[in-house]
Amino acid sequence: MSIVNEATQPLAPVPTPTQPWKRPKSAQRKDLTFATVVAVAAAIFVLITGFAGVDGWLFASFFLVLGITLVRGRKLIAKERRNNVASLLIASAAIAAFIPWMSIFVSVLIKGAKGLRPNFLYSDMRTTTPDDVLSMGGAAHAILGSLIMVIIATLITLPLGILSGVYLTEVRGRFTNVVRFVIQSMSGVPSIVAGLFIYTTYVNATNSFSALAGSFALGILMLPTVARTSEEVLKLVPDDLRSASFALGARQWRTTMMIVLPTVRSGLITAAILGTARVVGETAPLLLTSLSNTSFIFNPVQGPIGSLPMYIFGLLQIGTENAINRAWAGSLILLLLVFGLFSLARYVGGKDKR
Amino acid sequence: MSNAVLSQPSTESGFAGLETRDAHAWFGSHHALAGVTLKFPARTVTGLIGPSGCGKSTYLRLLNRMHEFIPSAAMAGEVLLHGEDMYGPEVDAASIRLKVGMVFQKPNPFPAMTIKENVLSGLRLAHIKVDDEEALMEQCLTRAGLWKEVKDRLGASGGSLSGGQQQRLCIARSLAVEPEVLLMDEPCSALDPGSTLRIEETIKELAQKITVVIVTHNMQQASRVSDYCAFFLADGGPGYLVEADETRRMFTAPKDSRTADYVQGKFG
Repeated sequence: MSIVNEATQPLAPVPTPTQPWKRPKSAQRKDLTFATVVAVAAAIFVLITGFAGVDGWLFASFFLVLGITLVRGRKLIAKERRNNVASLLIASAAIAAFIPWMSIFVSVLIKGAKGLRPNFLYSDMRTTTPDDVLSMGGAAHAILGSLIMVIIATLITLPLGILSGVYLTEVRGRFTNVVRFVIQSMSGVPSIVAGLFIYTTYVNATNSFSALAGSFALGILMLPTVARTSEEVLKLVPDDLRSASFALGARQWRTTMMIVLPTVRSGLITAAILGTARVVGETAPLLLTSLSNTSFIFNPVQGPIGSLPMYIFGLLQIGTENAINRAWAGSLILLLLVFGLFSLARYVGGKDKR
Repeated sequence: MSNAVLSQPSTESGFAGLETRDAHAWFGSHHALAGVTLKFPARTVTGLIGPSGCGKSTYLRLLNRMHEFIPSAAMAGEVLLHGEDMYGPEVDAASIRLKVGMVFQKPNPFPAMTIKENVLSGLRLAHIKVDDEEALMEQCLTRAGLWKEVKDRLGASGGSLSGGQQQRLCIARSLAVEPEVLLMDEPCSALDPGSTLRIEETIKELAQKITVVIVTHNMQQASRVSDYCAFFLADGGPGYLVEADETRRMFTAPKDSRTADYVQGKFG
């Protein structure tokens, strides 16, 4: 007897690859139709009853879907019914969590776009008062200042943070626990305290506010984020890789530099991104270290320097209509700057993956 | 004549209900496996043999829907469990894997669980209730040939066992949910000869109750434990099934000359 049904023919026509575990197209179309019908029904419900606005519509949609899920569920076994209801609740929670983020993003986008003019990207505020028409002056000096400070802070912090991570996971020296404890406490330091620390040490010593002082303060805030993320990422490197490298006669330093760190390259870039994201919008430490300025400053030790958070903060304090518009435009630029930095880091990090 | 060498008679009455028809597998655009049609007789051991990269592990993972965890994976053809396509639109993959269990190449007991918890973990994970967990645990460990060695330290961590013991613990773990079929992907490749022998004995005992499909690179192992053998080959293109038959015939009088060369160790 044979366990083969028919002769195997390697040259038989090759069928089309399929992915039967994915939801079929027809079902996806059905879902879309269902969602549209519910949306329209909820809209009608809002129009003819006391419910009002987007929130009323969302509530109506939620209860409609819940009702339909329950009615449909009568035919199903208990496990599937629970699964369907749980899926619905999770999806709703996701939407609910999404709303505040969308709200912030959209309002910055709309209000920022209203005030934004091309001159914001190449002019400073040296000869312009905040109340002047929006086609005068700009935020270029603040963009420059923010970039200078964030870049210097990253250059200082990234090697330190990654080396801390290496110490905690690779070296595992006598002070591992102390270092970890210090890093963890550092991440709890309020940002104004970081600013005060640099103010009492560096700013008082040099008798001047400066971009470098701002970078130091931002670096203090960045370091724990970078170090902790690096540690977490480095922990994911399988020990087999280290063993393989050691078995080839490599020393710890070579193993770390050539095997461990390249393996988690994209993770380390994420660490840098998280660190940058942590500090780029910080205002409090800059208040005491870099202060603000209305014109371009290129020299990081020259004196007070403008930055986007301080630019926004200053204009909001003035509070006139054009000043507020300028502040919103500054917020939008800050948002775009963060987005740009992230894209750049992703691009650089992902470039030679293949 | 063919039935004479088998402890289990006749395909039809003893058919495990697991078979594939013209099964193909892809990883992205890479065609890894082409047109495998094969049946697995009930309560027998079928060995999948062939050189590295011939698609036998891919084929094994196709049999309990583990294939789809690779994002770019695709397949074609049918994998039938009791005559029903397990890749059908309404089929729940988790319930398939409950019936078709799997033991992996490297022993992977759950590190945060004790030996006892490891054995019973399948029940917890699938919300299965049994009346007498102690008895089930003892039975599973006994079937996996581990009971005598661990009965006095069931509360110890699964990681404290030796490699061979860990693998038998993994077998016991997969038995606790009472699968109909057990897939084994080179279960002994990381183990010493002694442990390998123990596991082979375990496999033979298991085959009195369930169907076992085992991928192995070891020809002696295939000839020792399996009732049937299927020989896969990939000569440049996708892997395909060259020949499948009773193990004895595969090793003494294969139909295909490449099978003869492979089982005699002339290549691979």
